[in-house]
Amino acid sequence: MFLIYCPYCEEHREEEEFHPKGQAHIARPADPEACSDKEWGDYLFFRDNPRGIHHELWVHAVGCRKFFNVTRNTVSYEILESYRVGEQPRFTAEHPEGRPVETVAAENVTAKAEVVERQEGVKA
Amino acid sequence: MSEQTATWFNLYDARPEAEVPAESPLAWSYHRTGRPAVSQKSRVVLRERAMLGHLILRGGAIVLDEAVRQVLGFGLPGRPNTLTHDDGGERSIQWLSPDEWLVIVPGGEEFVLEGRLREALGDAHYAIVNVSGGQTLIEIEGEMARELLMKSTPYDVHPDAFPVGKGVTTVFAKANLILRRPGEERWELVLRRSFADYCYRWILDAGAAYTIGVES
Amino acid sequence: MSQSLNQPNRLNEGGRIDRSRRLTFTFNGKRYQGHAGDTLASALLANGVDIVNRSFKYSRPRGIVAAGAEEPNALVQLGSSEAAQVPNVRATQQALFDGLVARSTNGWPNVQRDAMSLVGKLGGRFMPPGFYYKTFMAPASMWMTYEKFIRKGAGLGRSPMERDPDSYDHLNQHCDLLVIGAGPAGLAAALTAARGGARVILCDEQEELGGSLLDSRELLDHQPAAQWVQRVVEELAGLDNVTLLPRTTANGYHDHHFVTLHERRTEHLGETAPLVDGVRPSRSRMHRVRAGQVLLATGAHERPLVYAGNDVPGNLLAGAVSTYIRRYGVVSGDRLVLSTSNDHAYRAALDWDDAGREVVAIVDARQAPDGELVEQARARGIRIIEGTAVIEAKGSSRVSGARVATIDAQAFKVTGQAETLPCDTIASSGGYSPVIHLASHTGARPTWNDEILGFVPSLLKGVHAAGSARGIHDLAEGLADGVAKACEALAALGRTAQAIELPQVDARREGKACALYQVPHEKPTLRAPKQFVDLQNDVTAAAIELATREGFESIEHVKRYTAMGFGTDQGKLGNINGMAIAARCLNKSIPEVGTTVFRPNYTPVTFGAIAGRHCRDLFDPERYTALHQWHVENGAEFEDVGQWKRPWYFPQVRPDAVNGERESMAEAVARECLAVREKVGILDASTLGKIDIQGPDAREFLARIYTNKWEKLAVGKCRYGLMCRDDGMLMDDGTTSCLGENHFLMTTTTGGAAGVMEWLELWHQTEWPELDVTFTSVTDHWATMTVTGPEARKLLAEITDIDLARDSFKFMDWREGRVADMPARVFRISFTGELAYEINVQANYALHVWKTLFKHGEKYGLTPYGTETMHVLRAEKGFIIAGQDSDGSVTPEDLGMQWAVGYDKPYSWVGKRALSRSDTRRTDRKQLVGLRPKDPSVVLEEGAQIVFDPDHAIPMPMVGHVTSSYYSPTLKSGFALAVLKGGHSRMGETVYLPMADGKTHAAEIVSPIFVDPKGERQHV
Repeated sequence: MFLIYCPYCEEHREEEEFHPKGQAHIARPADPEACSDKEWGDYLFFRDNPRGIHHELWVHAVGCRKFFNVTRNTVSYEILESYRVGEQPRFTAEHPEGRPVETVAAENVTAKAEVVERQEGVKA
Repeated sequence: MSEQTATWFNLYDARPEAEVPAESPLAWSYHRTGRPAVSQKSRVVLRERAMLGHLILRGGAIVLDEAVRQVLGFGLPGRPNTLTHDDGGERSIQWLSPDEWLVIVPGGEEFVLEGRLREALGDAHYAIVNVSGGQTLIEIEGEMARELLMKSTPYDVHPDAFPVGKGVTTVFAKANLILRRPGEERWELVLRRSFADYCYRWILDAGAAYTIGVES
Repeated sequence: MSQSLNQPNRLNEGGRIDRSRRLTFTFNGKRYQGHAGDTLASALLANGVDIVNRSFKYSRPRGIVAAGAEEPNALVQLGSSEAAQVPNVRATQQALFDGLVARSTNGWPNVQRDAMSLVGKLGGRFMPPGFYYKTFMAPASMWMTYEKFIRKGAGLGRSPMERDPDSYDHLNQHCDLLVIGAGPAGLAAALTAARGGARVILCDEQEELGGSLLDSRELLDHQPAAQWVQRVVEELAGLDNVTLLPRTTANGYHDHHFVTLHERRTEHLGETAPLVDGVRPSRSRMHRVRAGQVLLATGAHERPLVYAGNDVPGNLLAGAVSTYIRRYGVVSGDRLVLSTSNDHAYRAALDWDDAGREVVAIVDARQAPDGELVEQARARGIRIIEGTAVIEAKGSSRVSGARVATIDAQAFKVTGQAETLPCDTIASSGGYSPVIHLASHTGARPTWNDEILGFVPSLLKGVHAAGSARGIHDLAEGLADGVAKACEALAALGRTAQAIELPQVDARREGKACALYQVPHEKPTLRAPKQFVDLQNDVTAAAIELATREGFESIEHVKRYTAMGFGTDQGKLGNINGMAIAARCLNKSIPEVGTTVFRPNYTPVTFGAIAGRHCRDLFDPERYTALHQWHVENGAEFEDVGQWKRPWYFPQVRPDAVNGERESMAEAVARECLAVREKVGILDASTLGKIDIQGPDAREFLARIYTNKWEKLAVGKCRYGLMCRDDGMLMDDGTTSCLGENHFLMTTTTGGAAGVMEWLELWHQTEWPELDVTFTSVTDHWATMTVTGPEARKLLAEITDIDLARDSFKFMDWREGRVADMPARVFRISFTGELAYEINVQANYALHVWKTLFKHGEKYGLTPYGTETMHVLRAEKGFIIAGQDSDGSVTPEDLGMQWAVGYDKPYSWVGKRALSRSDTRRTDRKQLVGLRPKDPSVVLEEGAQIVFDPDHAIPMPMVGHVTSSYYSPTLKSGFALAVLKGGHSRMGETVYLPMADGKTHAAEIVSPIFVDPKGERQHV
């Protein structure tokens, strides 16, 4: 029974309120029709199973119904962080002690700008 | 993408003009399980506030807050998992998610309110959904109310963690509901219609040790 | 029934029992007396009951060994009535109450004379580890039979066969600091944290808080330690921020400081919970604690020495001997031999001496013990034999003597002549093992500490250990450790706490202990009389040695081969000794051998407490529609669909009934089906999932998530859609109606509602956040009534203002209007193939509308029907049910539903790309077809496998299976839907369905649309 921080509700909640949705950061290929069968198969079926730091997608199903990411150590089960969809993790396999907060924040600002751009592009 | 036009939505009054008999989601429960009387020994009391108007608001907080202030005279709760009330405490707005709020008003007001909010919101991007038939509100009061909740929900209901003015969607027994604390002694549970009987039976069972009574 | 009212081993004074309150109890059919404050074990010892059980495997007589949770032998079955049966209770943990009835868990016909003991006597060599695996191996099919016999012989207690009159519950708790164990370290820690204002829970498995202080010889502030305990407990009890839980065992330590505590609330009062003010409280309660920080003050278990005959009744732990004397006023024999490797155990001899009984000798494995307690014993003139140990206990049903010899523990040798000391009790101590079970539950591997000769817990972040639980056995240091760890824990939460003032403890000089686990015997281990390591599972030193000889080197394998530390025991007494023996045999050190993993639960938990109030009517939520009461009152049988209770069929009283017999299901369904096909029927369809979708991008979103096109769906129109996962497989289906330009109402299957809602949110939130659209569940807001059949229009016309004319309200249109004076949305959607109207009204008013329909419906033959009829009718039309006719491996094309696939839509919608994968293009995929049994009276079994050649040798190649199958009263024949390899190109062929009973059915492959293939009836 995990205790998971929901970055939207801004508090910890019991695992019962959440559903796990598998590995995080699996982006759907932008142009599926341009993918080979192998590429499409990789997107559909292949997932990492690391010993140690893992990024997972969860949804606060009994709560705000928002999807978000969790960085969890699959050995100790420690949850190192929760972060919103579209943001980057601080803790990674390369940086198990965590990257500087400012670095991650700067990346997230860039990422958000891209989303806005994409959004406006669609609207135009 | 479609443009927002005047007819982009379907505004619909689901309440009858004529006198049509209505039943709260707990009607069957009262019939089958009954209502234990409230007595001197009752350390928990349950009361249904049936047939209220329930609206879900979706959209950006700033836009909705402006419209809500204009129409209802009080604003959206600013913080996650909190409630706001009008002066009389009859109308409330609860944060459900960063872009979702629950408005509860006296029964019958919801249709007019929805129309006025839509008018105030103009061509902003938002959604309003009337869910009045899908849920009911019950109140729980009494010295053992908190312990009854501890038997039922993993959410921390200690006053330090659950101050007055808080409201959360959480697990209750094996169902879900909205749990709110509008006053020091009073808890509100917003139940989904189809789960209402299960929750009611659970509460009576958990409350038997406190001689729970149900107000008619 | 004989009576034994005097208690030969009860001291006239001392202990924490109330001698003025006599309690009568029954053990193995015999009545005894004890006192308030006794445990069942102390009362049995007071009465001189030596044999309390028979051992698990060898059926040897066993007595009480310990005084707490680590007791391996005294497992009893409680209960005077069938309903009150409780298995596997440790007599050492069961408070005595008046009228208690207990039996030994093992032993048939009784513990004194046991039929199985013959096996045990013959045993030994005949029952090596793996005995059961090796002996009862073949034939494999007989294992079930063997197992029943073995289990009956072994006896693990039994569950009650009647309904438990008690109730149980759960309580969700939250705290800053959970302190487990209320001994000196735990009490000091709890008080420190509590005074610091933290929310504290303090639990302890014993009847009273205080732990070792309740029977300590030591003084705190120059007074008996128990007085300090009382002061601290009183202060804690008075604080609002503290929850005290005596009789509460922390059984499992789960993720992120979630700890389950089992509180026995009334077990000390009687068999069933006594009424309090007319209300029966829950008998026991599971506290589900989410703690910020956890402090383990779980103390230590004394380790017995492993010597020959160490399981004969009268062999006890040294500490237990003291506890029985000091806490319960019970001295467990007349003549004591103490075998020890340390100073601490000398307390047993001193207490025995104080009780006025004879200490025959203290047998100390050390060469020149010189601690303070040793000096005290010397000063009393007690014989101390240095450099020796008890190598063998004599006696069979009770110890009659101790064979003592000088030993060389290092060389594992007996070096001198053995001397036999007559005695009836042998107390042994090999030192103390910290109780590391809970820390071990977290996955942290304990580490060996050579200083204390034991494993100490490794601790995850947020877990702390204090006092004996981490090897600090000195009282003053343990108290101080509790304070320090509480301060650390609070600091981790960002709180501060002041150290409390601790009571003064007189310092005492203690000599160093020596390492002694298995005591050598003159004979080698394999030939020596049995030396038990794990008494509960009957594992001997020889078994462990044999296991290592047979090649089991990992301690985890040794454990599984020998059963050491299995089951309810969880290695409390035996594990360290077992590891030490394995280490010796493997020529390794104990840390090299390592320890096994302790698992929850620490001690057995009754199923009642696990289930709590989630049982009987409250086991699982039952969801009801707004019309449920009507269904009940009209005799519906119900079917579970997810958590919903849906009317399955409405059996009526048969026309020829004499005593009110009702129709069979087949009869009712046939009647309901014909009513819909010929007249008009009504179905409560409220359980269908309904999602309100609004936003300027709603239409675009639908186009991406459904397989078909949505751009041109006009306001007032409905459309059926298929939803696939991105692997191209069907996940759900339903109709979606356009309510406004950017406003839609989606329906889903009953079971798929929550999943579809989450699916929509997943795509919106993670892939297409730029789309402006919202989803809100309105499943419960609307009640849905389907009126269907040729007479549906005439019936509805009587109570609605909507123009129902065929050309103004067409199939797949929806309209707003009044139905029975209620605002209603009416959808012309058909799942029966007949003319149909789905009426949606606000759920609070549904019953009125439903009843009004019946008021007007009688003349049209309006018939309520349930899910079974709905299934028959839809299957006759070849309408699939997602999740029944599809199973996550079926594409829209497999279902022959290319008409619902928008191949040329601009956006590559969810599932599209997968439809061009090589696997989905295979021509031998299983495809949906109809099956018509050659014998019309046959209704094929759903799930039956299909073969092309029934004469093929077994195993036959299986080419598909039946997904839906019913009897059709319209066709007057059985019929089925099935998925079949290459089925679409095999129309007219015959397939076969071999059944388990040897029959083989033949069926013709036909179109899945059996009734009205042109679909004319729903358009009328």
